[in-house]
Amino acid sequence: MSTAEILGNREYKYGWVTDIESETIPRGLSEDTVRLISAKKDEPEWMLEFRLKAYRNWLTMKEPRKWPNIEYPEVDFQDMIYYSAPKQKATKASLDEVDPELLRTFEKLGIPLSEQKQLAGVAVDAVFDSVSVATTYKEKLRKVGVIFCSFSEAVREHPEIVRKYLGSVVPTNDNFYAALNSAVFSDGSFCFIPKGVRCPMELSTYFRINNSESGQFERTLIVAEESAYVSYLEGCTAPKFDRNQLHAAVVELVALDDAEIKYSTVQNWYAGDEDGKGGIYNFVTKRGKCAGRNSKISWTQVETGSAITWKYPSCILLGDNSIGEFYSVALTNHAQEADTGTKMIHLGKNTRSTIVSKGIAAGRANNSYRGLVKIMPKAENARNYTQCDSMLIGSNCSANTFPYIEVMNNTSRVEHEASTSKISEEQLFYLMQRGISQEDAVSLIINGFCKDVFLQLPMEFAVEATRLLGLKLEGAVG
Amino acid sequence: MVTELANEKSAYSSALRDLMKVSGEPSWLRELRGSSFDQFERVGFPGVEQEEWKYTNVALIKRTNFTPVVNSNGTALSKRNGLAPFIYDETRDSTFVFVNGIFRDDLSSCNGLSGVVALDLNDALQISEYERVIRASLERNADGDNNGFELLNTALFAGGLFVKIPRGVNLSTPIQLQFVSEPVKGESPAAAFPRVLIVGEENSAATIIESYRATAEGVYLTNAIVDIVLDEGARFQHYKVQRESAGASHIATTRADLGPKASYDTTTINFGAALSRHDIHVTMDHEGASCSVDGLYMVEGSQHTDTHSVIDHRQPHCTSRQLYKGILDGKSRAVFNGKVFVRHGAQQTDAQQTNKNLLLSSEAQIDTKPQLEIYADDVKCTHGAAVGQLEPDELFYLESRGINPALAKNMLTYGFAGEVIEKIQIESIRRELDEAVLNRLHSDLTIDV
Repeated sequence: MSTAEILGNREYKYGWVTDIESETIPRGLSEDTVRLISAKKDEPEWMLEFRLKAYRNWLTMKEPRKWPNIEYPEVDFQDMIYYSAPKQKATKASLDEVDPELLRTFEKLGIPLSEQKQLAGVAVDAVFDSVSVATTYKEKLRKVGVIFCSFSEAVREHPEIVRKYLGSVVPTNDNFYAALNSAVFSDGSFCFIPKGVRCPMELSTYFRINNSESGQFERTLIVAEESAYVSYLEGCTAPKFDRNQLHAAVVELVALDDAEIKYSTVQNWYAGDEDGKGGIYNFVTKRGKCAGRNSKISWTQVETGSAITWKYPSCILLGDNSIGEFYSVALTNHAQEADTGTKMIHLGKNTRSTIVSKGIAAGRANNSYRGLVKIMPKAENARNYTQCDSMLIGSNCSANTFPYIEVMNNTSRVEHEASTSKISEEQLFYLMQRGISQEDAVSLIINGFCKDVFLQLPMEFAVEATRLLGLKLEGAVG
Repeated sequence: MVTELANEKSAYSSALRDLMKVSGEPSWLRELRGSSFDQFERVGFPGVEQEEWKYTNVALIKRTNFTPVVNSNGTALSKRNGLAPFIYDETRDSTFVFVNGIFRDDLSSCNGLSGVVALDLNDALQISEYERVIRASLERNADGDNNGFELLNTALFAGGLFVKIPRGVNLSTPIQLQFVSEPVKGESPAAAFPRVLIVGEENSAATIIESYRATAEGVYLTNAIVDIVLDEGARFQHYKVQRESAGASHIATTRADLGPKASYDTTTINFGAALSRHDIHVTMDHEGASCSVDGLYMVEGSQHTDTHSVIDHRQPHCTSRQLYKGILDGKSRAVFNGKVFVRHGAQQTDAQQTNKNLLLSSEAQIDTKPQLEIYADDVKCTHGAAVGQLEPDELFYLESRGINPALAKNMLTYGFAGEVIEKIQIESIRRELDEAVLNRLHSDLTIDV
């Protein structure tokens, strides 16, 4: 049996739909839709203004179709539902009031929300279609001053903080999808770590798309004040639908002096079937600003799902001595396409960035790394190290590297290395003659290839990511 | 803006009208000139909004009112006078001279070349055997994506050169193609459109030196295309030395198509011109071909140099090596974009690419983009890029031996360039480049005792 056949097609195990009554607004997008979403969420005037400004910007912008190395049919932005929320009681003071069907949904996804079953040490914000349904450990976090809640709640309860930072990293006119998100975003997570606080537990958000016709537009804002630290995790799944669905999120991170934010993603949106039918279009803008001296932002992503991934988690290294990191594993199988990478913009003195990207392509997939390292004239002694490795499994896939390096300072040092390889017959043979099955051997080699990235993930996520990779590659290796 | 366009049109289109009057050109060539010009008028000169021209702005070329040179004018140059400093010792009797892009038989010396066909393109077109291959080369417009400069060259070239190294001929004497720019009296700046086609038949071997110089400082445009077609087992070395005057714009396209087991080793040196752009495109569409594509750019002041290289592995068992180095001083800016394609089915490809840059001043800027696109799984491909300054440890080592800091810096810079220069097989070129590098550094590397 060929290696490709071995890594067979295990079913996408999160592909089921929760049967729940939901409240949706009519299809289509106009200024009225934006106003309607804002009204539904009972938002203050400034929030509506923000949305409308973004919407007007969006109207003047063009979809980025030409430069990304991805192909997909025209997206009809009028044939989409921009708000879908499970029907529920007006307020949910405690989890007892959350629809049990929803609790069961998240339990089935491995994210128990009821207090007694919760994962120790991880606070979860669960987002179902357009709204956040529950946030755990809120009280415990509140005691140390950490605010962790849904974005809508943050707009209501902490408008001064949201207003100060919203759009400060990703402006409403940043790009086509960020503008769209800024106009219609429905919910998301908000974290605020005050000065000097080291967040006592991992914070995490779990995103679930359930409605077959809605897009998901969530917005995450994380602010770490002076000397604060937070580690944040994000997971995503969606049911199997034949229709393509749009997920256009915006994530903004702000780190002040000496603060550190560690942001990890395991993305497992539905990827479509073997022939590329259905699946999520994952068009996401993620950006962090190291605003303060000695601050640090670290992105770790394991991208295994989505029909198309278009995502460049970036760092703006503004503060002197600030550090940006990007660790990525992007796996594409069957007809999946990924154009992902990062941007490191060095503005401050002695800023450092590290990029480690591992791309794995199997089946007919198309996997691209696209990254920008920009050293501005004032970024004295800036340092960047980039390593991009690609692995090709089978002869019908492709792996591409598009690194942009722009240096305007002669005291800086930038290095980029890339390589492409395949699973060698010798390695496979060596493992198999020790009695390890071909499937396990392939899995071992691939995990070894991705080790540099997995080591960056929090423990539970690392285990999950390793398992996920094995599942995804079933039947791919030949 | 409208007037600018009109001017630009009138100068280029009147040149085209003049060319159309020349008798004896085959009808397909007239049609090709016409259609290329039409297409040029549609697309115009490339702009920074295009990915391939993102870092290089040619607005100056667009704005300048160039007069295309389409026929052979008188020249102050003669074999004895003015040309001598440009000719290498190794090529005294194997040099083809072009003045403002037009091939000059009277200034060329080819006594040292026997068994080689070298003809004015117009004359070669009269011979049906050659016409076919010239036509294929001129009509080449891969995927219809020729840029504005390439289209304009095809429309306006006049008096190019056709060179053929016949089957099995192993040429020990290198061939020099000397492109000289000479001011045209009383006219606006000249635009030259050199065009050369070189064919290496089966198992032939040759060395080509392509050199660009000017007799005087000044503003002018060189817009050149050199096509190289190698048959099975042909082995070519190709050196391109660009030392245009400080006011010049130099735009050049080099395209090499390699046959089975053919080998093509090229080194491009970019020292001159205010603005230079080199598109080099090596296509390996047959098994067993190999190439090495090296280069060195050294710029200062407000110079801008841009190299766009494409190495296209289309068939299995081909090998490519690339080493490009850059030294930037003053407010200069350099761009390197190196694409390596490994097409579907091109198994057993072995490709390596490296781009290293040295920034000597705080105002210099480098934009580099080494790019791999791989569609086959059984391949070995690596690329790397680095931007930095001289190693403090190395400087310290030299200084600790009593060498003053300025000299130590120059020695290391010279050594950095040396990695490319020392691979050149022609001694005179090595010597010339050594001198040019030292001149640039204002140093002779002698140690004061």
